[in-house]
Parts: sequence; structure tokens; C-alpha cells
Amino acid sequence: MSILIDKNTRVVGQGITGKAGTKHALNNIAYGTKYVAAVTPGKGGAKFEDKLPVFNTVREAVDKEGAEASVIFVPPPFAADSIMESIEAGIRLIVCITEGIPVRDMIEVKDCLRSHPGSRLIGPNCPGIMTPGQCNIGIMPGYIAKPGKVGVVSRSGTLTYEAMYQLTQRGYGQSTCIGIGGDPVNGTSHLDAIKMFNEDPDTEAIIMIGEIGGDAEEKAAAYIKQYVKKPVAAFIAGRTAPPGRRMGHAGAIVSGGSGTASGKIAALEAAGIAVAPTPSQIAETLLKFYK
Amino acid sequence: MELMNIHEYQAKDLFSQYGISVLRGAAAHEAGELEKAVAQMPDGRVVVKAQIHAGGRGKGTFTDGYKGGVKLCESHAEALEVAKRMLGNTLVTKQTGPAGKMVRTVYFNEPCAIAKEYYLAVTLDRGCGRPVVIASTEGGMEIEKVAAETPEKIVKVNIDPAFGVAPYEKRILAYALGLSEKAMFAQFSRLIDGLAKLYWEKDCSLVEINPLIVSQDGRLIALDAKIGFDDNALFRHPEITALRDLSEEDPKEIDASSFGLNYIVLDGNIACLVNGAGLAMATMDIIKHYGGSPANFLDVGGGATTEAVTNAFRIILSDKHVKGILVNIFGGIMSCKTIADGIVGAANNVHISVPLVVRLEGNAVAEGKKTLAESGLPIVSADGMADAAQKIVALVGKCA
Repeated sequence: MSILIDKNTRVVGQGITGKAGTKHALNNIAYGTKYVAAVTPGKGGAKFEDKLPVFNTVREAVDKEGAEASVIFVPPPFAADSIMESIEAGIRLIVCITEGIPVRDMIEVKDCLRSHPGSRLIGPNCPGIMTPGQCNIGIMPGYIAKPGKVGVVSRSGTLTYEAMYQLTQRGYGQSTCIGIGGDPVNGTSHLDAIKMFNEDPDTEAIIMIGEIGGDAEEKAAAYIKQYVKKPVAAFIAGRTAPPGRRMGHAGAIVSGGSGTASGKIAALEAAGIAVAPTPSQIAETLLKFYK
Repeated sequence: MELMNIHEYQAKDLFSQYGISVLRGAAAHEAGELEKAVAQMPDGRVVVKAQIHAGGRGKGTFTDGYKGGVKLCESHAEALEVAKRMLGNTLVTKQTGPAGKMVRTVYFNEPCAIAKEYYLAVTLDRGCGRPVVIASTEGGMEIEKVAAETPEKIVKVNIDPAFGVAPYEKRILAYALGLSEKAMFAQFSRLIDGLAKLYWEKDCSLVEINPLIVSQDGRLIALDAKIGFDDNALFRHPEITALRDLSEEDPKEIDASSFGLNYIVLDGNIACLVNGAGLAMATMDIIKHYGGSPANFLDVGGGATTEAVTNAFRIILSDKHVKGILVNIFGGIMSCKTIADGIVGAANNVHISVPLVVRLEGNAVAEGKKTLAESGLPIVSADGMADAAQKIVALVGKCA
């Protein structure tokens, strides 16, 4: 019923002893997510909310509690280091929520990921990943989701929620929802997510939400055209964004005439993907040809 | 959040620190400094360059009709006269928009006889998450134009700046540019090393030399310099933050950023207040879809407080073009009640004299809507984004 995570996924929280991290980790736990440890350097030996052991290093959380996934709520100057600590410890799925990590740090993380193919990073600057009814890692609101067979991948948090909620209201559930984040250098691309959804027998249809900047949506479109037989609907935000300005997300910028919404929409349509004309018609666009 | 840019004269100072050859120059920020600055130039001809954060200066026109933001002068006396015309004047180029930008600094440069011009830059290659060196024999041209019309004249090499630029990577670039002759290659090699080191050490998003020139006496020189920095990394570069020129930025945007609001001024008349960058862009798009025109991009973020929402209203209302406001909130973890309280609080602090349409969805939406209904404020409630956009466009009127 899902990709990457399910009800058995053992999660360690890095930086969840801070205020925001604690709130979101407790929400995740209340949803049923199997948190097994927290990591905060200097607080090893303590208990997190009387529930979980706190360790000084991710390596200990892996050795002693069998953590396989991590979620990162560490402030920007230290977040890349936390990601690399997870990679080194052999964590297979790293979800980094932190917004505002310097690009240079992410270039180093990307190099580290290249030499550790067993680790996948989701984010940074993302809402996380959720398999409805089973596991919710990050900051997505659980009540808007419903277990089902539509895979959702998006660069934007709130637009992910729009799509999920539109589906749920119409009675369609989701297999897994992934927020890949709004930064120019990230761990998991649209293409990576599309490939996983395509290979997942329990995902029947896919919604892909993109925005201006870069060419990740175009690359995913080329792959979908060639390999994906499942119904795919898309939405691209930023048709009215002025060129040369960064629209909130560090990666959302039209520069030198590339990365425009119109270019992306044309590439998606050329690949046979239905593109929603407005953000309120994302689910409706998919449901025209997926029942 | 915007990229931080700096002026050419500041970029050239950084170039000098990294061993990249530039021509001798001196900047002046007020009329009283002009004579002292020009005196630092060699006798004879002097180039005067207006310093604004926009390209196309040479072909620009000042709002008083004076032509050209880059001028070659025959003497120090002429350079002084030209500099006086530029300083305090407003330069319009194809990158500034019709309002132009006021010139607050002029930069004197020694002139140079050019044999050949090139383009050279380091920036991020988003596709692979690595820096890339971009070079072209078409110096002085817009690189986007070269890429569109003669892409074969551009050569790109991905580099690992933590390791340094490998000799073979330099050779690929030097052969493509025709800079492989031994003495020239030695200069080119030093230049590339300096460029990559500057890009990496100072957390740049772009370092661009356009044009890079070979002078008639065989020197490789950065004739122009453009550097942008990664805002997210400024915390570790106080020396770069100090170069920020706030007069180049919109005062409303600076105001908003001090409250953690992501705000960008546009030229329409329907203001938006949204949570989340993607939703904020999509809100602008749907206003346009139904025939309206957005006045701004505004992302209040996931943890907006009543104070932030109040200031957001104050800032969007300070834009005199605004004829209506659309609030679009998808409360994920955040409660719609919190947002509704923020709106009511804001309306009590800031007089809202234009139509206000509010769409709330998600967490605690019923309580949020109740708060708005009981406030007695003239708020139009909407169900869904499409309904909200249609309502505000109907209230404000379509744009021609």
C-alpha cells in the first residue's frame, strides 16, 4: 500500500527535543508512527516525553533501537551535519524538515549521498512523508489524509495538503504522499518519486505538483512519457511569478528564461499528462480519467 | 527571500582578494568624493560607470534624458562632469523596469584596449547539485541569448570546489576558449582557481565575469563583475552582509522581512495573504485565471502570529494600488482559529478600507469561520480557492 514507509518503520528524531520538533514528533506518534529514539547531542541518557530513549549519536539509536528512518528538526546551520550523521549511521530514509540550509552545505550532502547509495534523503525544506493510516514523518496534518491508491509528490507543503484534501473529500485515498521540498538542491526529485510510485503495485494513479525553477518536472515528464502507464495529473504553481524573483522557496525562481511555468506545463502536456488549470482542480483533473 | 546582490565595485574588491585581475578603479558615493576618486586614476582617459544592481547600464538612459550609464571620457575633467551628471540621477535599463534605479555610487576605471572578449561564470547546476563553470567565446553578450541562439558556443564543466578545479577541467575550458597557449593558460588557470575558491568560500550563488577580456598587451582581465550570495549562508559571512545596499531593495519588502514575512511587490490590485510559498504562488495564479491581477506575493509562513498577520495587513495596505484583499489559508498543523483571531486583531488595529475575502480550510476551520462571522467585520467568506478568487475579482473588477 505504500512506498518507503509503513506501520513498521522505526524512526529516530534528530532535534526533536526542541519546541517545534517535540510538537510535531508527538503528533506523528499520536498518528501511530513508530518512533524508537531521539538524538540530541549532550542529552544522551534522558527520556523524550517519558516515552523514548535519548541518545547522543544516531549511531547509538541504530545500534540499540534498530532505527532505520530519521526525521530532522535541527536548525539550518547544523542541519547538513545531522543529515550526514544519519547517512554515516546507515539510516536508509532521512527526512529533513529544516528550511534555510545553505546551498553549499547541501552540495556537500549531495556528494555524501552519491557515495552512500543505501541512504535516501527527502527534503530539506519539506513537510515530510506520509503513508496514510500507517506512518507520518514530518509536519503533514494527518486528518486530511485517507488510506488509498493515489501517490502524491510535491515541492510545496500547502499545495500537497490541497491535493490530499481534495482527494479525500471525493472519497479517494492516498498510497503515500511525499513533500520533496522547495530548495534548489534536494535529496529526492520528482523523477525519483515517480519511479517508486510506478513500481509500487498498490499505487494506481499519481499526482505531481511542481513550481517554477529548475527542470525537475520536465525530467519527470520525459520519464512518464516513456515508462509510466498509470494515470498522472499535475499542477504547476507560478504562472504569474515575475522572472528573477525568488518566490518564497529558495528554488522557486525563473532565471535566464528557464524554469518558467509555461515551459513546464508545455513539457507535461507533451508527455500526455493532464495539467490542472487551477489549484482547486487538482483532484478533479485526475479523476476525469481515473475512477 | 531574495538573493543578496552587490555592486560591481564591491565585487571587484572581492576579485582582487582572490587573485582575479581587474583594472584599477575608485568609487565615489557623493559629489565631494569625486575629485579624490578620479585622482587615483592614471592621467588621460577614464571610464565612468554608474553603480546599480541591474545589467544593461551602458545602453541605459537616465530619467532626465542623459544617455549611457557607462562612459569613456578623454580626461579627468570630463570624467568629473560625467560623474556629476550620473550621481543622484535615475538610470533606466532593460533590467530596472520603467521606474529605473537611482545612482548612489559612481565607479572610475582605467581604460583598456581590448583584443578579445569572453564570458565566464560559476553557478549552481541544479540538475546534479554541483557547481558548474560556464564559459563562452561570446563575451559581452547576454548568456541566455547565446544559449538560445548558438548553444554550441557555450562550454560547461561541473566542478568539485572543495577539491579544487582539476587541470583537465581547466584544459577543457581553455581549449574551448582558445586560451591554451602556455603563458595565457597560466593566467587562465590562476583565474579559474580564484573564481572557484571565491564561489565556494563566500557561499555565492553566482560569480559572473561578462566580459572577461584579453587586453591588447596580453593580460586576462575581469572587465565587469557580478556576484550574488546565498541568503541562507549570510549568517557565517558578516563581511558580506556589510556590503548589502538596502537602497536597492523595496522598502515594503525590507519591512516585511523583519517580521518573517516573504513579500514581493507585483503590479496588480488584488493583495494576497497566504500560508506556504507554493499556495501563495498558486493563489496569484488563480486570481489571474479568473481575470484579476495580483498585487503581491505574500507567504506568512507556518507559524504566523497575530503580530505577523497584523503587520502583513499593514504592509499590503500601504500599497496604494491595492483595491481588495484575498486571504487564503490552508491550516495544516496551524489552527484556522489562530488565523481568524489574527485577522480580527489586524482589522481592529489597521483600518481595512477595501473588500476582504477570506478562505479558510483545514484544522479548526469551523471555529475560525465562527470567529470571523461573529466579529461583525465586513468579511466575505469563501469555500475553496476558486470561489475565493471569483469573489474577490467580482468585488474589485476585472483588469483590462
